[in-house]
Amino acid sequence: MTDYKIQMKDVYKSFGEKHILRGIDLNVERGTSMVIIGGSGTGKSVTLKCVLGLMHPDSGSIKIDDQETTDFGEKDRDEMMKKFGMLFQGGALFDSLPVWENVAFGLIHAEGMSKYDAHDVAIEKLRAVGLGAKVAENFPAELSGGMQKRVSLARAIATNPEIIFFDEPTTGLDPIMADVINDLIVQCVKDLGATALTITHDMSSVRKIADNVALLHEGKIEWTGSIKNLSRSGNAYVDQFIHGRADGPIMKHAGATE
Amino acid sequence: MESKYNPVFWLQNICQMIGGMILGACSMVGVISIFIYDTVRHMVTPPWYPSKIWNQFISIGFFSLAVVGMTALFSGMVIALQSYTGFARFNAEGAVANVVVLTITRELAPVLAGLMLAARVGASIAAEIGTMKVTEQIDALRTLNVNPMKYLVVPRVLAGVIMLPILVFIADIIGVMGGWLVGVYVLDFSSVSYIKQTLDFVEWSDVNSGLIKAAVFGLIVTLMGCYHGYNSGRGAQGVGRATTNAVVSSAILILIFNYILTQVLFS
Repeated sequence: MTDYKIQMKDVYKSFGEKHILRGIDLNVERGTSMVIIGGSGTGKSVTLKCVLGLMHPDSGSIKIDDQETTDFGEKDRDEMMKKFGMLFQGGALFDSLPVWENVAFGLIHAEGMSKYDAHDVAIEKLRAVGLGAKVAENFPAELSGGMQKRVSLARAIATNPEIIFFDEPTTGLDPIMADVINDLIVQCVKDLGATALTITHDMSSVRKIADNVALLHEGKIEWTGSIKNLSRSGNAYVDQFIHGRADGPIMKHAGATE
Repeated sequence: MESKYNPVFWLQNICQMIGGMILGACSMVGVISIFIYDTVRHMVTPPWYPSKIWNQFISIGFFSLAVVGMTALFSGMVIALQSYTGFARFNAEGAVANVVVLTITRELAPVLAGLMLAARVGASIAAEIGTMKVTEQIDALRTLNVNPMKYLVVPRVLAGVIMLPILVFIADIIGVMGGWLVGVYVLDFSSVSYIKQTLDFVEWSDVNSGLIKAAVFGLIVTLMGCYHGYNSGRGAQGVGRATTNAVVSSAILILIFNYILTQVLFS
């Protein structure tokens, strides 16, 4: 068995004439936190969805625990999903269900736990993300954006997954709440001993939660390395992105294609 | 050189457009067929979600009772009035009760209930599932290892197929009552003879044919609602379009299948 939890090799994905992923190569080490950075429309979400199995790549290989997943049938995919937890950008909470049932959803419906037991687990997970038992009976629409993100995080960790995916975890939050969410992500991933794959363009988030970073540009991994080497990568794309400069190879190229 | 005034160019464009429409229609039929196959496959394989199915029975069946009942009541009343004034031209006013019960049970109750369900339930299914899609709730179901077809589509389709015949049976009774109300209180028929004539004339095959139609219409409405919601485009516009498409396609399919079923059941 390799040290990699997730391995992507030469992954391509297009939507009609639009080529989104153009040969992604990415390895995520077991028990580490990999953050994919990149501008809007560079293929970050598509990469994440391909690994999750929500989208099927046109070609290439995606391995989880050394197992090829691109040719999985429904049953194998269901088994694989048990290893995953996911925090969606907008929370994606089920608005017809109270908070505790959102958190316990996977336990009740996929693992067959009784509602009574699942309720207790949900309260415990809500506590882990800093929410009291009172919130459990509320509906998602009654919560603030930050609280919804916490509930979504509680749902992502409820089944103790081996891999947790974070899609823009701090988007739409104020800087303080964003920092709180970042701390919670670090804490939850550490407590579970899970592998984490995050996509974001929030650099403070990257610095807080990443062990390794990959820069995605125009459907390809432009640079990958340890967070320690991010500021001295010597890569023009990375330098421009982390300093948020308008001038550089990224914008020049974007301007040229528009 | 190609010119837009060249008749050959116009002919080519028209042929291309017609060809594109035919290909699009064939592709849509294929996609819907796969959706139906998936729905049936998930309907007969576990896991099932009994509480979700029960909720849909209440939502689709019980909460549609008022609108379907009102439609049936006034339809029965109108048929009684119309047939009385029409039949009076050749002294056949006595057939009013027969016409009311036959029209209601065979045609109006299933078709109007189907159309009302398309407006009330089909639209709401498409909007709900469409919104779930654009807010990534359907993706969330998948990541939580719950199949969205089983959790969202199967309960709604089952409820449509089972509840619409029950609604139509109730609509049959209410519609006939509407005819009786007009017959007795407006047209001065004898109450006893109106009821006796209705019961003597109606056959179980009349009622059954309406119930069979209702089951098919229930399937059409819920399937179209789920299909268009599930394949909704992005944003509010996508959900709006999905809702419109669900209602329009349901209504058209109900009318087409009404003819086909009538041909099959009464030929």
